[in-house]
Amino acid sequence: MGTTADSDAFVAFERVQKSYDGETLVVKDLNLAMPKGEFLTMLGPSGSGKTTCLMMLAGFETATHGEIKLDGKPINNIPPHKRGIGMVFQNYALFPHMTVAENLSFPLEVRGMAKAEREKKVKRALEMVQMGHFGGRRPAQLSGGQQQRIALARALVFEAELVLMDEPLGALDKQLREHMQFEIKRIANDLGITVVYVTHDQTEALTMSDRVAVFDDGRIQQLAPPDELYEAPQNSFVAQFIGENNTLEGVIEEIGGNRCTVKLDSGEVIDANPINVTQKGDRTRVSIRPERVEFNPDLGTTAHTLEATVREFIYMGDVFRTRLSVAGNDEFIVKTRNRADQKRLSPGETVKIGWLPEDCRALDAT
Amino acid sequence: MSDATSDPNKIEAPTPDDPLAQAKALDNVDDRGRMLAADGTPLKRQLAKSLRIQKIRALALIAPLLLFVLLTFIAPIADMLFRSVENEIVSETLPRTVEALADWDYDSGESPGDEVYAALYDDLFLAQERKEHTRLGTRLNYELTGVSSLFRRSGRGVDDIGELYQDQFEDLNELWEEERTWAELMGSDEWLAAQEAWDEESGEPLPDFQLREGMPTLLPETSRQMLTFAEFIRTEDNESPLEEEPWTRVWAALYTDLTNKDVSGYSGPHTDLLQEASAAVGDFETTPIKQAFLDMDEDWGDPEVWGTIQAFSPDYTSGYFLNAVDMQKTPDGAAMRDEDERIYGLLFKRTMFMSLVITFSCILLGYPVAYLLATLPMRSANLLMILVLLPFWTSLLVRTSAWKVMLQSQGVINDVLVWLGLVGDANRLVMINNQFGTIVAMTHILLPFMILPMYSVMSTIPPSYVRAAKSLGATNVTAFRRVYFPQSVPGIGAGSILVFILSIGYYITPEIVGGTTGTFISNRIAYHISSSLNWGLAAALGTILLAVVLILYWAYDKIVGIDNVKLGG
Repeated sequence: MGTTADSDAFVAFERVQKSYDGETLVVKDLNLAMPKGEFLTMLGPSGSGKTTCLMMLAGFETATHGEIKLDGKPINNIPPHKRGIGMVFQNYALFPHMTVAENLSFPLEVRGMAKAEREKKVKRALEMVQMGHFGGRRPAQLSGGQQQRIALARALVFEAELVLMDEPLGALDKQLREHMQFEIKRIANDLGITVVYVTHDQTEALTMSDRVAVFDDGRIQQLAPPDELYEAPQNSFVAQFIGENNTLEGVIEEIGGNRCTVKLDSGEVIDANPINVTQKGDRTRVSIRPERVEFNPDLGTTAHTLEATVREFIYMGDVFRTRLSVAGNDEFIVKTRNRADQKRLSPGETVKIGWLPEDCRALDAT
Repeated sequence: MSDATSDPNKIEAPTPDDPLAQAKALDNVDDRGRMLAADGTPLKRQLAKSLRIQKIRALALIAPLLLFVLLTFIAPIADMLFRSVENEIVSETLPRTVEALADWDYDSGESPGDEVYAALYDDLFLAQERKEHTRLGTRLNYELTGVSSLFRRSGRGVDDIGELYQDQFEDLNELWEEERTWAELMGSDEWLAAQEAWDEESGEPLPDFQLREGMPTLLPETSRQMLTFAEFIRTEDNESPLEEEPWTRVWAALYTDLTNKDVSGYSGPHTDLLQEASAAVGDFETTPIKQAFLDMDEDWGDPEVWGTIQAFSPDYTSGYFLNAVDMQKTPDGAAMRDEDERIYGLLFKRTMFMSLVITFSCILLGYPVAYLLATLPMRSANLLMILVLLPFWTSLLVRTSAWKVMLQSQGVINDVLVWLGLVGDANRLVMINNQFGTIVAMTHILLPFMILPMYSVMSTIPPSYVRAAKSLGATNVTAFRRVYFPQSVPGIGAGSILVFILSIGYYITPEIVGGTTGTFISNRIAYHISSSLNWGLAAALGTILLAVVLILYWAYDKIVGIDNVKLGG
């Protein structure tokens, strides 16, 4: 991240800034390059600037500074209707006074397409989202999931190469949402379209995307494929935001290569993998994923072990979730798989825990 | 183990170890297919019972308003509808005439026979004593010009008929000049005694007049008239027949009776007097009753007059409604009025036309404002909303008068135009006291009623629809035309109904700025209510207006669908 976009990128943000009131920047120095066919998700808490970015790309907001390029051409001054970008809105925005077929036909009509061809394309788009028989219905007669499919079909029917989706699954229940995630992913792959997808749901981001851009405070904090994002977060925000995470605070004692020693605030000393700490004496926040922690570890000589007191044991079916007190942190979580030989700890017990130094990432303390 | 309670077969309730049976009993239906509640009563009744308290409370809460609306809104409308057909005045004032006239045929072209005039004499005499004949004259004058003065004149002349006989009787014997004579002749002895004993100071009511025994057969007509007279002065004037000279009608009746009846068998008081009169009447000067009326006013011989009375004799009439649509109920049936007398059709058409123009002007001016209100940021929208509502804080009269100041020939607009040189000083524009003035002023006054419903509908249209349309390739114009506008139509519908119905019955503004060419039907209704006092016609016009509004509402429902009208979310 941070580099200017490649000239052959399909979608490119170059040093884009956005301010609504002239006092604060909602988007600060955004640089992003997307190759054709990529499924990119903008993930972040509300107010992080992700939707603003999407709206600038769609043309409903103008960038205060910087350039947005589509297929190599700057589009800052092109009105939305000439950009040819498909868009799926949060509340679907299906026109309530038109039938499903009329909704789908609308983008083709305004492009002056002949009736026969229009009908053919609408039919094909409806079949693509498995809604072939619903052409004559009104949007109000459809369920949320069905409306979602129609909104998707409408954004795709005029064969846009870039489709923007603004939290499209936000209003659906969990099961339907998961189903639609795969559906959208499948259709995007089949058509080879480029998708910019905005969500605040990290699971959605991880399961669907080729790459995820994590937004916070108007900046992209990390832009990476899902696995990298989860396993190698670049800063403590990303580590906290993506998945569950245990943190321990301390100061760098020694640093060298891919090893550093951290003296925790409670006095213990552990090894860690330095990510964005540079020198001895820096404050750091050490991050360990709950599933990488082991009880009574037998991990060889490189691992440190710490004393822990069990606070709570939660049975969750496939996993056990144990809340521990470790080095002054009462919210230390350990997840273990429900195996036949897995011991079930009870509150008050003391136990030894440990992890591999590579899994323990020393990040910035902010 | 032999007593009944321990016998398992005698247990009637479901046993605890049989929950299935219990569950079955719960969703049982009775033999008529009704769902049953847990205790076996029908579920519907149970539900109604549990909701009854709630319903009673709700009813009690709305009762004051319901009562208020019933008394002040529904009842006056019902009264108005009734007045537009009610016509009891003719049959109440001229009951005998109406009855006698039933057999008369207008198409014969002849005036009716004597019995009708005789009945008219009875009715008219009583009516003029009650001072009701002018009211009837006014009523019938709506239908036939001249009837009013005919009745007024006849009211004065109807005394002359009997006076002829009174004079001759009094010439015959001076005893006739005394009031007591009549009372002694006609009244029973008991009554006479009671009447003599009556003391005005005592505050007791006057004794009921009683006829002397045998009088009704001896002098039937006179008895009847005397009874009417005595009853009338007793109840209306609180006078004693001992001190009042009988009406001339009674004298006329005495003459009739004496010419027809033999009174030789009479042997009460004043026998001689009566015998003398009976012998003399044969030589009395007399005028046939019909001739007497014709002498009074020759219009009484006009079949038109009688036809009109006959046509309006039923208790209910379509006359007011026919009048309201420029027609006339003539003895021949309904007919159009003369070309130059037709005004209501013109007024109805003008009211419709101008209301439509006002409604369209309001749509044209109000739509952009409502759109701005719905799309501007909160702060500016609130300011704009205050501007829209500002007129409501000003008196209607002030706003209308302000337009008068603006539009009159020496007014602001004309002055500016003259000053700019666009209009010559001699050719100042006429913008007030005509249709133009009415349309301008009423558009201004009714504009908020258009803007508010439009705004409330538009504010529910999410901006994402237009964005979606644009992202799908629609230009601003197309997005507005195809996506925004169709969704704002319910607001236009609601505003239009409101403005149209308000303007169709508007009164004050057309009255002030309308002049003669810009007045509405409502101004005519007001005229009939307060000036011409033809309330029946005013009610008929109002009823037609109400019907027109209802028909339009119905048509709107059929064409657009009233479900599409929204006043908000």
